[in-house]
Amino acid sequence: MNAFMALLARDLRLATRGGGSALLALAFFASVASLVPLGVGADLKLLGRIAGGVLWVAAVLASLLSLDRLFQADLEDGSLDLIALSPVSLEMAAAAKIAAHWLTTGLALTLVAPLLGLMFNIPESAYGALVASLLIGTPALSAAGAIGAALTLSVRRGGLILPLIVLPLVSPVVIFGAGAVIAAIDGMANGALWLLAAFSLGFVLLAPFAVAAAVRLNLQ
Amino acid sequence: MPPHIQALTVSGLACRRGHRVLFRELSFAVRAGEVLALEGANGAGKTSLLRQIAGFLAVEMGGIAITSDTGDIADAEERGAFIGWLGHHDGLKPQMSPRENLAFYTGLYGTAGDIDAALGEVGLSRAADLPAQYLSAGQRRRAALARLILSHRSLWLMDEPLAALDAEGKALVNAALEAHRANGGIAIAATHEKLDAATATMRLGAA
Repeated sequence: MNAFMALLARDLRLATRGGGSALLALAFFASVASLVPLGVGADLKLLGRIAGGVLWVAAVLASLLSLDRLFQADLEDGSLDLIALSPVSLEMAAAAKIAAHWLTTGLALTLVAPLLGLMFNIPESAYGALVASLLIGTPALSAAGAIGAALTLSVRRGGLILPLIVLPLVSPVVIFGAGAVIAAIDGMANGALWLLAAFSLGFVLLAPFAVAAAVRLNLQ
Repeated sequence: MPPHIQALTVSGLACRRGHRVLFRELSFAVRAGEVLALEGANGAGKTSLLRQIAGFLAVEMGGIAITSDTGDIADAEERGAFIGWLGHHDGLKPQMSPRENLAFYTGLYGTAGDIDAALGEVGLSRAADLPAQYLSAGQRRRAALARLILSHRSLWLMDEPLAALDAEGKALVNAALEAHRANGGIAIAATHEKLDAATATMRLGAA
């Protein structure tokens, strides 16, 4: 467990230190989300309805931004070899890295999203669903993203292929995430959150094994 | 300290990269207290052999076994628990200082060790808190050596341990190897330069 924490703490430190990916992802998220009202125009009713979808798509893109370096950086500087030889299993190491990625992107985006929601004139009743859906759904983004990042480890310019692998995987997350916000706006029963939770749970549980297998292949 | 290794035995090992066979029918043994210098031209398969022993590269033919106090180990993942790795890359995060890097690795490996003393030993006391990206290649190599010493593993696999090091740094590597030998450790070092601490030399691709 100490080894798990050591890896988690290192990745958190790297992501938040100067030039780290955390602030970058957050700034990207805010920029993309702010561009949409400028493009769509000041139709408050329309903005309120599309807000959930826009924020979810922005969240997916922002998490993708820092994903391609998730394992690549460790492979290039030799850390990955040393992690593989450490007492912590590659599965646990993958879980630690996914957790660190989520804490610095997914959780951070979730906390900022309500502020951006103001720009979209989201009805008050939908804020809860927006935050809840991001909180529940973003771990799936980090987990599915990690699978893509591990698979494209030894591919040159793998960062370009990464979205092609990850985006189809996470499309259900966007559907249910944005759906939960719409359902809340319409005042309907919110089953989307449960589906989102099931999806997220599945990804988070399976990803460490898939990632570890892909990393093993790429250490060859 | 981890359980001691009595010997590392490689028998009938072959290595293929793509369609090229780098070596085949390779057999040798290294016993506790021995340092094997691995020589060979560029592309002879020195690094590939080290990666096979470390368990990164699949072994298609032949076997690699460790004889330890607790019995024989043939499984690659179990073998990893004995291995101290000093690869071609130093494994340092450029944004973190040598001290932070070493603290991370002692945490990851669950080893107790005096980081300050280890940094002093390799002559990095004054650069201990500088981000690793500002260090020279030789200084990074020294930090990697300190990391290897702190890992307290009994089988050292070293890829070009003398690369980028000055005369003093090379003496440090040899001294570390002598100390490791005295502790009953084993080391295999792929190198193009003369390694004073080596007790045996093997040339790959000499046939």
